Amino acid sequence: MSEMLTVSRQDIMDGRYERVLDWFRSRSMWMLYYCTGCGAIELPPTMTSRFDMERFGIGPMATPRQADILLITGYISVKTLKRVVRTYDQMPEPKWVVGFGSCPINGGIYWNSYATINHLEKYIPIDLSIAGCMPRPQAVLSGLTRLMEQVKKGEAVGYKKYKMNYDWYKKNQDEVLYRTEPVLGGSHEAE
Amino acid sequence: MVVLTSLFLAFSAMVVGLLFMGIGRKVTARLQRRYGPPFWQSYIDVIKCFSRNSISHSYIQDLGSMMGLAGLIAAAMFVPIAGWLPFPSASPIIVILYLMPIGYLGMAMGVSASGNPLAAIGIGRALTLMLGYEVPYAILLLTFIASSNTSSLAVLSDLQTGGIGNWFAVKMPIGFIASIICLQAMLAEKPFDTMIAPAEIASGPMVELSGKFLGMAFLQHAVAIFIETGLIVNMYLGGGATVLSFVFKQFLLYTFAMAVNGIYGRYRVEQAVKFLWIFAGSLAVIQLLINIF
Repeated sequence: MSEMLTVSRQDIMDGRYERVLDWFRSRSMWMLYYCTGCGAIELPPTMTSRFDMERFGIGPMATPRQADILLITGYISVKTLKRVVRTYDQMPEPKWVVGFGSCPINGGIYWNSYATINHLEKYIPIDLSIAGCMPRPQAVLSGLTRLMEQVKKGEAVGYKKYKMNYDWYKKNQDEVLYRTEPVLGGSHEAE
Repeated sequence: MVVLTSLFLAFSAMVVGLLFMGIGRKVTARLQRRYGPPFWQSYIDVIKCFSRNSISHSYIQDLGSMMGLAGLIAAAMFVPIAGWLPFPSASPIIVILYLMPIGYLGMAMGVSASGNPLAAIGIGRALTLMLGYEVPYAILLLTFIASSNTSSLAVLSDLQTGGIGNWFAVKMPIGFIASIICLQAMLAEKPFDTMIAPAEIASGPMVELSGKFLGMAFLQHAVAIFIETGLIVNMYLGGGATVLSFVFKQFLLYTFAMAVNGIYGRYRVEQAVKFLWIFAGSLAVIQLLINIF
């Protein structure tokens, strides 16, 4: 069993030259939202004319290859965790994860369910969490502008943390993925 | 010197195309009663795309995305900007229409290398749509050759000097409408954006493009906007006395296309081809018959 490496954020923050590019990254963030949970319903009002997320350069994108932010809207069940991890691994760096609502933080109202996972940050690194059940569009916008500031300062380094502690994350992921294997035969070859 | 002017033209075509894209997003936002992104958003997007890591599936993908951009830039070299060309040529329309598909074929080759089925569907739709708009466009070209005995874009824009009355848009309004419909399809804006269709096929050709490849796709689209609107301006709107008026006419055409884009839904690909052949095609044939007889 490997332990989480303890590094200070200052050590893995982006350098001075990288931070020039970070300004552009913070002004143009494309997000991929993983909407199996109920949180996705708060995104249309955030994108359309009342709150208009696009004025900050934040917009929806269709595939993980094009996206900068992975937005986890709502609970993650033990079966969808595999897809979330695969989606996260497909995104090119730099990439950020936003946990949206109470469920990715501590399980929310599903905290004692056998089918959901409670702490998403044990499986993929979360840069920012927006609390609430559900967070209103104002909260979403305030959270995303906070993420923009973090990216601009070069402090949003979750993807570096993930690479450094891959063993720790992988062990946690495998523990959950073991539970989703079919009972009767066909362990790993099944998709 | 020729090399420098060619590079300058390629660069300015990208800059102008990206500016149009940014303003087009603003126009769409205002039509939807949103505030919209700043007009320089497209530049930020492209710089950000080039600053990210990218995933290449094979060297064919690298080659294809470069070939796509190079084909379109080569086509842009033959579009006269207010009578100015980077190197002397008669700027024949046939060469431009021959070079432009190289851009799309390069894109097709590059994104097919990823092996993603959605990319293949997107490319299939893009090439089918090309079949739809190339036929009316070729008939319109025949119209010019039949009436003016030239296929040179520079000569065509010279023929229209001296006031709005001499513009081919006024002399041949039916053909102008047909070419506006074709422009909408060439720009792949609604109702002809079947090849992109983010909700159905996850943005089609761009599905596996990350980082630099996506930035190259943006630049390709920017140059394509410059060529396609520049063609119409030279053919129908008098070409423009100065560079500024030329770009302004291009801007009006693109803004009109974006306004149409903002209010329509999306055709299926066979509906789009049917629409283009029946309406744009028959308008083009009518114009051809009027000009011949």
